[in-house]
Amino acid sequence: MTLAEKILSAHANQKQVMPGEFITVRVDLILANDITAPIAIREFGQLGLERVFDPQKIVFVPDHFTPAKDIASAEQVKLTQQFAREQGTGYFELGQMGIEHVLLPELGMVLPGDVVIGADSHTCTGGALGAFATGMGSTDIAAAMATGDIWMKVPPTLKFVYRGNIKKWVGGKDLILYTIGDIGVDGALYSAMEFSGPVIDRLSMDGRFTMANMAIEAGAKAGLFPVDAKTIDYVKPRARRAYKVYQPDNDAEYARVMEYDAAKIEPQVSLPHSPANAKPVSQVGDIKIDQVLIGSCTNGRLEDLRIAAGIIKGSKIHPGIRCIIIPGSQQVYLDALKEGLMEIFVSAGAVVTTPTCGPCLGGHMGVLADGECCLATTNRNFVGRMGSPESEVYLANPAVAAASAITGKITSPEEIIK
Amino acid sequence: MLKGRVHKYGADVNTDAIIPARYLNVSEPAQLTRHCMEDIDRDFVKKVKAGDIIVATTNFGCGSSREHAPLAIKASGVSCIIAQSFARIFFRNAINIGLPLLECAEAVANTGAGDILEIDLSGGKIKNLTKNMSFTATPYPDFMAELISAGGLIEFTRKRLASRRHQSEV
Ligand code: SF4
Repeated sequence: MTLAEKILSAHANQKQVMPGEFITVRVDLILANDITAPIAIREFGQLGLERVFDPQKIVFVPDHFTPAKDIASAEQVKLTQQFAREQGTGYFELGQMGIEHVLLPELGMVLPGDVVIGADSHTCTGGALGAFATGMGSTDIAAAMATGDIWMKVPPTLKFVYRGNIKKWVGGKDLILYTIGDIGVDGALYSAMEFSGPVIDRLSMDGRFTMANMAIEAGAKAGLFPVDAKTIDYVKPRARRAYKVYQPDNDAEYARVMEYDAAKIEPQVSLPHSPANAKPVSQVGDIKIDQVLIGSCTNGRLEDLRIAAGIIKGSKIHPGIRCIIIPGSQQVYLDALKEGLMEIFVSAGAVVTTPTCGPCLGGHMGVLADGECCLATTNRNFVGRMGSPESEVYLANPAVAAASAITGKITSPEEIIK
Repeated sequence: MLKGRVHKYGADVNTDAIIPARYLNVSEPAQLTRHCMEDIDRDFVKKVKAGDIIVATTNFGCGSSREHAPLAIKASGVSCIIAQSFARIFFRNAINIGLPLLECAEAVANTGAGDILEIDLSGGKIKNLTKNMSFTATPYPDFMAELISAGGLIEFTRKRLASRRHQSEV
């Protein structure tokens, strides 16, 4: 069985599961945010139950429109907070809050071998830890809060193997943009992606989170990484409950195996309006930008900020450009502060904000006007994603974003750091 | 039997197009409908009538997990969506909240904007009355059919909880 099948069969109390089979699986963690929780809570109310099945396994992270951007958002946050208090579930107030998919792994709440469901499509980020983590809607979350389990159709697994020596400035973001560019936004529809190969073995945990995060951008249900020593090093000091490591069988059956030579992959830029419009940065041409955003659940971790700071250090943000840096969690913020990264950003003329989704979904703290163009380290560049339907978003890694913030146009980091 | 006029779209209609994130500071379906399809079809809200049908090509509903997307479509009066394929989370969400979806590549290929369709959901039969053609959609797997006939996931869960209670009493 593949890694996904191993985890699902264990959670369905079955010896084996087959792709296409409908099963009911036990869940280890249920997640919702300030946008999706209110509907889940409303639907949960329809069930006429007093209590959720297990408050320890439910967590709400108000990260999208917080610090509350307007009265309506504040009401949604308040409703979520009240429900969390009444039920005794997990809840992260401003000050502890981070972007959910950065925060939960960091706190050891997502662990290897888990089944995690979240009312947020990027819940798949947890796959970096060898968990089966997947996004669902609010009604699914409501039902799971009641029963502790959820129906699933077992996905076929597609295997992605990366070999060769990775180029300078290429990271997890580039591998995944390249892959999505290759297979398309529905290239892994209804499937689980399993990432492996020597390049993945060498990839940092932060790089793996970035890749798992964007599995949904290929239509996948989950994106999983086999657990290795790096995973265990990450998880051990964080875990506060038992977990189980599953490995794919050697004779596992994959619906498809894709092999990539990483040596041929340049830093990628996805052009508007699809993550699949990926091109090498050298072929993007002369694209002037109005804003750079470095952050989000894709690239808002410490390693991302280190890379960006390494490029920005000693330079100034191009005049007329807004450069917004959003650490993914309070911990990332604090670590970056201690390392002096924040000073580099601020003295270069960038702004650093509190952890939030904010502009990534066109919410607040950096929304785009008509005709504006943003280079973002986020995961989606759909029409209107960051603001006006007449604005444009390009996706790239933090190195490209930092280099572009200095020049005011989309730029390869090689041009800044010779 | 459903009957309605077709609104036709292409591939990869994403949830940000169906209901832009900037409007998600509320969750009441009636409020969401005001911006339904806004970034892909500005006039949709003005044009749509109760019973209308959305027809699209591949990967309809891709992107975020927001249930606001099928909720907005359902509350705007759309009775059914027919596509060549749907994004996974959108498919789940729509079934869970009782918005019927059908997969039928043939019907999609042979239907244009403004056509009138008649749909018999139980047999997955689609009739294009404008072009006088008939199609059959991919049947639902048994489990999904059960979920749909229960009236969506909440009703389905209510029954499961009741039978659990019953079992623990026996
Ligand atoms: S950072 Fe962006 S993609 Fe990630 S959870 Fe927030 S809104 Fe979604």
